[in-house]
Amino acid sequence: MMRKAPAALRIQVITLAVALAVYELLARSHLFYSGALPPLFDIAGGVAREVVRPDFYANLGITAYEVVAGFTIATACGVTLGIVLGAQRTLGAIVAPFIDAVATSPKIIYLPVIMLVVGTGPISKVGMAVLSAIFPIVISVAAEMREISPTLIDVARTFRCSPMQMAMKIYLPALRPAIVGGMRLGLGLSVLTVLLGEIKIGDKGLGYLTIDAYNHYRIPEMYGLLLLIFTMAVVVNILIGRVASRQR
Amino acid sequence: MRYRTSAASVALFVVGVALLEAAVRSGLVPSAIVAAPSQIFAAFRELQGDGQLVGPFFITLGQVFAATLAGSVSGILFGHLLARRAAFANAYLSWLGGAFSAPIVLLYPLFLVIFGRSYVTVIIMASITTFIPVAIKAYEAFAAVPRVLLAVGESFNLEPGKVFRMIELPAALPRLFIGLRLGIIYALVNVIAIEYLIDFGGLGRIVSDLYAAFNIAAMYAAIFLILILSGAFLAALDFTQRRLRSR
Repeated sequence: MMRKAPAALRIQVITLAVALAVYELLARSHLFYSGALPPLFDIAGGVAREVVRPDFYANLGITAYEVVAGFTIATACGVTLGIVLGAQRTLGAIVAPFIDAVATSPKIIYLPVIMLVVGTGPISKVGMAVLSAIFPIVISVAAEMREISPTLIDVARTFRCSPMQMAMKIYLPALRPAIVGGMRLGLGLSVLTVLLGEIKIGDKGLGYLTIDAYNHYRIPEMYGLLLLIFTMAVVVNILIGRVASRQR
Repeated sequence: MRYRTSAASVALFVVGVALLEAAVRSGLVPSAIVAAPSQIFAAFRELQGDGQLVGPFFITLGQVFAATLAGSVSGILFGHLLARRAAFANAYLSWLGGAFSAPIVLLYPLFLVIFGRSYVTVIIMASITTFIPVAIKAYEAFAAVPRVLLAVGESFNLEPGKVFRMIELPAALPRLFIGLRLGIIYALVNVIAIEYLIDFGGLGRIVSDLYAAFNIAAMYAAIFLILILSGAFLAALDFTQRRLRSR
């Protein structure tokens, strides 16, 4: 890892210090509605109070379950669909407009549809995770599938490989970078939409804890939870990025 | 071949609509969960007649425009600063890269507390998500402007403002457009998402309200309108990008 130049590090430290100082000044200035901007010490207290709550870890577990379950289903379905659409070019071209239309739309608006089907419990958040994560995986895998060398496919056919053998011996190894790249995007989107779903309509999970704190005007706790959620989401993203770069 | 696949896509859509209509009418799919296409179309006309679509449509569009303008102008200026000051680029590019993949929309309760349930909250949040990709691409665009062009400007003793307007901006435009394209898409997606989350504003709020009122057919009509809007934006941006490339 390259070390940052001293000037760049100085700029970063100064920027962070100035930002925190400006925030603290604004928090104590009474310019905003009382409690809207809690001082940094109060936010730290909010974080501490949340992480020692007995139900914090249960809710963290529920959010983790929703993300992992949704992401796993999305990966399995997305890779399969991507292989099919990439191998069948005409089918892929016909279905592409529909995939592109849904892929570029804000997935949170489909939460009411998912809730009508499966209710408002954790399964609806799993559904949101599937819906968010599947598209980058399908698009990435289908695009890479079209680029697989025809020579590899011809060699497999001369050995009369079955479709399953083609998938396991030829397609999946060739598609690994695309699968990992799609999974990287998909996992980030899964985390985001699960949390948004819990915030919008839920009675469990970290997102629910956050909006519950907001509804009861426990603002330092709300800031603390947002800080924890944001940090966890960024850490997950960094870890996936490192895994993805090792796969190249 | 392209026209054949387009015609096949349209045919697939028509067949899908017909099958869904038959499934709902026969009771195979409960109408309380999925509305029949004919009901969705009727609800769409009712919403349009009541003025419940046109107003929210323009509210969403207005917020997208405001967020894109604010995010793009600030992003272009910040990207230009990074391209001309290496120390700032070394300091801030990694932060921008991290922020690009960060779930900023999750912070909406924070903005609600500070700015309240208002257009300001929606526009500021969408502006931030627009600013980040525009700033990154603007840095790449301005950093790639050939030094010889800048030297020509210096030889004519042009003021920095004129160098920016007459040399740097035109030279950077093709790459800049990639960032603007991303920025507009992010603005649209985030405006609608935040409207839905905070029950305020235009089309996103309509979806939330209609679900709460259990007006299922109208809810699907609103979702379909958002799909059409997203697709239309993407098509318009692709068309503009192709025109810019052909020049």
